[in-house]
Amino acid sequence: MLNKNSFKKPDLWLESHNKHKLIGKRNPENPSIPDEMWKSCPDCKNAFLADEVKSNNQVCPSCAYHFRLTARERLELILDENSFEEFDATLTSTNRINFPNYDAKLESAKSSTGELEAVVSGMGRIDNISTVVCSMEPGFIMASMGCVVGEKITRAFEYAMANELPVLVFCASGGARMQEGILSLMQMAKTSGAVKLHSDKGLLYVAILTNPTTGGVTASFAMEGDITIAEPRALIGFAGPRVIEQTIKQTLPEGFQSAEFLLEKGFLDAIVSRNEMKSYLAQVLKLHSKGEKV
Amino acid sequence: MTNNAYDKVKLARAKDRPTSVSYISQLFDGFLPFAGDRRFAEDRAVIGGIAFFDGIPCTVIGLEKGTDVKDKILRNFGSAHPEGYRKALRLMKQAQKFHRPVICFVDTSGAFCGIGAEERGQGQAIAENLMEMMTLKTPILSILIGEGGSGGALALAVADQVWMMENSVYSVISPEGCASILWKDSTKNAQAAQCLKLTAEDLLVLGVIEKIIPFGNNITNKEENNKLDHEANAKNKNKNKNKNTKDFKSVTVETEINVFAKSDSSDMETDEIASLGTQEKDKAINTLEMFLPLRKEIKQFLSRQMTLTQDQLVNERYQRFRKIGI
Repeated sequence: MLNKNSFKKPDLWLESHNKHKLIGKRNPENPSIPDEMWKSCPDCKNAFLADEVKSNNQVCPSCAYHFRLTARERLELILDENSFEEFDATLTSTNRINFPNYDAKLESAKSSTGELEAVVSGMGRIDNISTVVCSMEPGFIMASMGCVVGEKITRAFEYAMANELPVLVFCASGGARMQEGILSLMQMAKTSGAVKLHSDKGLLYVAILTNPTTGGVTASFAMEGDITIAEPRALIGFAGPRVIEQTIKQTLPEGFQSAEFLLEKGFLDAIVSRNEMKSYLAQVLKLHSKGEKV
Repeated sequence: MTNNAYDKVKLARAKDRPTSVSYISQLFDGFLPFAGDRRFAEDRAVIGGIAFFDGIPCTVIGLEKGTDVKDKILRNFGSAHPEGYRKALRLMKQAQKFHRPVICFVDTSGAFCGIGAEERGQGQAIAENLMEMMTLKTPILSILIGEGGSGGALALAVADQVWMMENSVYSVISPEGCASILWKDSTKNAQAAQCLKLTAEDLLVLGVIEKIIPFGNNITNKEENNKLDHEANAKNKNKNKNKNTKDFKSVTVETEINVFAKSDSSDMETDEIASLGTQEKDKAINTLEMFLPLRKEIKQFLSRQMTLTQDQLVNERYQRFRKIGI
C-alpha cells in the first residue's frame, strides 16, 4: 500500500513558506551573502541558503525536490552512527582497453569526489539490525558501472550470502561505463548472477532507486530487488530520454520515466521520501529478521 | 578480409548477412516455432521454439532482423520489446523443465527504446533474463551471428559458452553512439569503433568469448573470395552497392534463402540435392557447407555439457562471468 505520507511535503514547507517568499529570491538589498552559500532548486527555481537545504537532508524546503547525495552522505543518513565498516576501499580502476582519455577522466573523478570509484560498499546497522549496503557515487563519471563497480557489488552480495545478511543498494547511475567497453557490459551479467545466488539462499535484497538510475544498471541489479523503492521524482529508465525521442521522433509524455510513472506502470513497490527512508528501511529489515534484536 | 573495426561493424550489419532463420533452418530439424510471452503480446523480433539437433531435442531462440523489407518491419529490425525477452525466458524455463539445452542466436542493434518498451519495463525484462539465465539448470549456448547490441544482446547471452561468428561484433554501445557522446562528431565513427574493441578477435583476447567460428566454403580464403566476388558482381551489378560487405555478398547472393516463407522442412537430404539442377545444387551445397564448422562445434559442446550435473552447470557459468574484469 502506498503510504499517503510519502507525498506529504515536509513540515518545514508550511511554517517557513512565507519566510521563503521573502528571501526565496536572492535579495538585491543583501548582496553580502556570497553566491556559493546559495542553493538553487531546479524544480521550483527558488534559492535557499545551502546550509538550510543541507539540514533538510538535501531536500528543497519549498517543493521537496531531492538533491543528489554523495555515497557517504547517503550512508550517514541511513545507517546507525559509527556502524559502517567499509569493504574493498582500495579497489581502483585501470584503463583496460586503452580507451582514449580514460586515465585523465579517472584522475579527475577521484580528485573531485574524493572517492576511488563510483560505489562505496560495506556493512552497517539500521536500528541495530545488520545489513550489507552499497551506495553509488553520482559524481564519479556519472556513477557509471565499470569493472570495479561490478566487482565491489558482486563481492558485497557474496559476503552477504556467506554471512546470511540482507543487502541494500542505493542506485544512481548513467549506465554501463563506455570507457571499459564490453567489460562493462559483462558486469551486468556478473552482478545479476551474484544477486540471484544471494536470493536463492532466501535472503533479502532491497533496491533503492535514486535520481538518476538508467541504462545498464537499470537493466541489471537495480531491477532485481525483492523490494524496489524510489525517491520521489527520480528519473528511472533503461534508455535515456533523448535517445527515445530521437528514435520515435515524438516528444515524451509529461512525467515519463519518473518514479511516479514507474509506480503506475507496476515497477516499484513504493515511493519513499528521503526524510522517511531510514524508518521505512528499518521496518522492512525488522519484518525480515530472524529473531534479531528489534 | 579486413582488420578495420568499423568495416567489421558494417559486415556485421550487412543487409544480406545470414540471419537467425538461416541458422535455425540449416542446423536443426523439425523446428516448431512458439509464440507469446503470456503477459502482453507476441514479439516477432524474437524467434523461439523447439527442434532436433542431430536427434537431440533443443530449445532454440534467435533475435531476427528480418530478410526482405516487409519481414524487417514485422520484426522491428531485430529490436525486441520487453515481451520478446519475456517470451525467450518463458521458453528457456520450459527447456529447463524438459531438460533440453538452449541455443541462442544473437543479432540485434539493441533492445527497442520506445515509449511502450519503457512502460512495460525494458530494463526489468533484461535484468530478469540475466538473473534467470545465470542459474538455469540446463546447458545454454549463445552465438553472436551479427550485431551484439549491448544489453539487448546480453539478455540472450548469459550462457555456458558465448561464441562469435567471424565478422560479427559485440559492444556496450554502438560506434555512432560512442562518437556522439565523446566527440559530438559523426565522422569519428570509425575511430570510436577502433577504441571500443568490439570485434570477435578483440573479445577473444579479452576473455569474453570462448571461440570465433568461421563460415565454411573457405570463405576466408582470399583467392576464392576474389573469384566469387567477380562472379557475384557480374550477376548483381545493380543489387549490392555497398562494397564493404563483399565478403558476404559472394556467399549470400548465391545462397539467398527465405526459409520461413517456404515451409518448415527446409533442410535437404543428399539425394534431394542430387536431383536438383546444377545452379540450385551449388546453392544448396554452399549453404550446408557454410554452417558446417558451427555444426561441428555445437555437437562437441552438447556432448560435453549434457554430461554435467545441474550444480556443475550453474557453478561453471557463474565462475565464467565472475572472472571477467578482475
